Amino acid sequence: MEHLTIKNNESIRLENIPVYTYYDFYDRVMELHKNKACHCVNYFGFDYDNKLKFICCIADDQERNIHIFSFELTKDKNIQLPSLTVDINAYHIYEREINENFGIQFIGHPWMKHVRYAHNRADTTILMKDHPFIKVTGEEAHEVGVGPIHAGIIEPGHFRFLCQGEEVLHLEIQLGYQHRGIEELYSKKKHLLQRTILSESISGDTTVGHTLAFVQNMEAFYELKVSKRIELLRSMALELERIAIHTGDLSAFCHDLAYQLGSEVFGALRTPIINFFQFWCGNRFAKGLIRTGYNPYPFTPELKERLIKLLDDFEFKFIEMADKTFSLPSVLNRFEKTGIVTKTQTEMIGAVGMAARMAGVKRDIRASHPFAYFKQIPYTPVLLSGGDVYARGMLRNLEVQFSIGYIRSLLEVLETLPEDTTKYDTSLYQKNLPSESFSISLTEGWRGEICHCAVTDKNGELLKYKVKDPSLHNWMALALALRNNEISDFPINNKSFNLSYCGNDL
Amino acid sequence: MFEVFKIWKHQGKQYIPDLTKPVLPTSFFGRPEISSKPCAEGCSACKDICPTHAIKLEPMTLDFGKCVLCNECTRVCTEEKISFTSDYKTATNERSRLIVKEGETHPITINEVLVRKEIRSYFGRSLKLRQVSVGGDNSCEWELGATGNPNFDFGRYGIDFVASPRHADGLVITGPITENMAEALQICYDAIPAPKIIILVGVDAISGGIFAGSDALNRTFLDKYTADLYVPGNPPHPLTFINGVMEMIKLKKGWF
Repeated sequence: MEHLTIKNNESIRLENIPVYTYYDFYDRVMELHKNKACHCVNYFGFDYDNKLKFICCIADDQERNIHIFSFELTKDKNIQLPSLTVDINAYHIYEREINENFGIQFIGHPWMKHVRYAHNRADTTILMKDHPFIKVTGEEAHEVGVGPIHAGIIEPGHFRFLCQGEEVLHLEIQLGYQHRGIEELYSKKKHLLQRTILSESISGDTTVGHTLAFVQNMEAFYELKVSKRIELLRSMALELERIAIHTGDLSAFCHDLAYQLGSEVFGALRTPIINFFQFWCGNRFAKGLIRTGYNPYPFTPELKERLIKLLDDFEFKFIEMADKTFSLPSVLNRFEKTGIVTKTQTEMIGAVGMAARMAGVKRDIRASHPFAYFKQIPYTPVLLSGGDVYARGMLRNLEVQFSIGYIRSLLEVLETLPEDTTKYDTSLYQKNLPSESFSISLTEGWRGEICHCAVTDKNGELLKYKVKDPSLHNWMALALALRNNEISDFPINNKSFNLSYCGNDL
Repeated sequence: MFEVFKIWKHQGKQYIPDLTKPVLPTSFFGRPEISSKPCAEGCSACKDICPTHAIKLEPMTLDFGKCVLCNECTRVCTEEKISFTSDYKTATNERSRLIVKEGETHPITINEVLVRKEIRSYFGRSLKLRQVSVGGDNSCEWELGATGNPNFDFGRYGIDFVASPRHADGLVITGPITENMAEALQICYDAIPAPKIIILVGVDAISGGIFAGSDALNRTFLDKYTADLYVPGNPPHPLTFINGVMEMIKLKKGWF
């Protein structure tokens, strides 16, 4: 059996991806997962030549490469395959997605429910309102249903708490309300600019993370190499986005604890960071900043001056407030030992990003599969081991401070890099994508690992654009965190993960 | 306790005293203007590149309710016909006012004739809103949340967001309205006591934005009801929302 490994942001011919039988495919997955450094970053299917083709991408964090392999099936409504989930739980969400899209049954899968009730799902007679929730019975057993609309300015999703008295036995999360048909739109909207705007809208709070994954895929296809300066600015934008959202999240943490001072101060601290984006590119969420092959908004010396000042002022006020928050007994009382997800559980469900690092699992694409300027200046991830709300709050606090330090080292290097000479060039918009090709891009957004895969057909049209937001894995972490916790601790647990509904529903 | 006082002191005054006065940096993409100088012969570059087909030619118009503010039209134009001002007061109650025409430089305003009488008499001193995200990408939601932060503090005028539709006077919609949320949106609207208003926030809600044409959407809700306020932007700045609402209800400040 021949094997293939590629690097992050690499494009290859589709024909070079090994095609196994499902049984060899299964064995290969099992074999790779014996290595602890391996985890699956994407596994998806698409229509190909009147067949169904499934590509699996397993990243090796030690070797810094990605194993790519596939299997094919003839189209048939009644296909049954042995489930990978039985042995490797993290595959549960991929197999659910494949089942929803193509109707394939995975034998042994304990949890075969639709992920998002997509409009183009295989069986449209399966309705969202009939979602097969787990039932709980017993004398004091009861269920609490919340949503889709929640009591706040947040996205919709349905939570069903299975409770014994005040205690939550399990939380079942049913999503799909935000489904906008993004993956299909990638193929429908033919213009590169339209696809870039789509990427910016996958999850508006992770504009830089998702758009970067998209443009890196396109640059891999077009064999474009952007200058070091652009790479640096992209890393900087990604870290600024992380600082802004983490700070906003800490405000939300405090809000849910009714700790007014923390809520207001962190809320106010977020403003100058996103306003910096507005100075730079006109949009507080950095929409418009990341583009394929060039940088539309030069980073002027004036901007640099402003950023240096801003970071100094921000850092002082942030640390002052964070120190106070994380030393208050009334805050710690609610944070500590609340919503624990163990390291073993985290590994089992394949949690990524913050949801992994807060439980001692080192999973950070910036370090393991570096992209943009993380190739030049290595980033050392922050690791905590508690797995509780405290760890998730503290991780944000530390990551904000690390990111400030990282941006400072980027700013130091910036001067040594020559000004970017790449001009705005619309000819790129007319350029065809290479035919029958595959490309993968991984980035580390503030929530965690973002993976985009692109597949083109004979004519260079996008056959499949697969988006994976970190939330796809991490929603299960929230469900596990709630087990044996009081139902009143749900809001603080939910904020501590702050997962994306639209990123999951696409 | 001493530390708390120190934090207060370092934070200083955060609030914007007059929410109608701030000036946004020139880099901000606000109300577009189209100059009346002639286009280059046979050129349709801006129309061709617009990702949401917001631009029409002869005469040239730009639909700000469709514009995702990518700024590509100004880049491809050789004659500098289109420009974006930093004017953030772009919310209006009449959809057609969002369509900016060649040579127009006047601000986008509320059409007084179309404002229902009860809106001002009922909500002029207090307005409680229920926000529903129907496919919103969470950027509009963050910006609406920001209207209550220490900088904007919209709540000072008795205007804020409430948890239950039964406590609300109106519905704020973000996102292109997905099929999977269509029913929940209707239920929420029905639960709000009359008289009630509808505010569409963001380009996705107003026109579908980049999602227009997706089969996963169901925008029939908007065929049934007319919005009382359109707040354009991708996402709109909190000040766009705040000033739009203040104008719509003709906010009465103070006791008289």
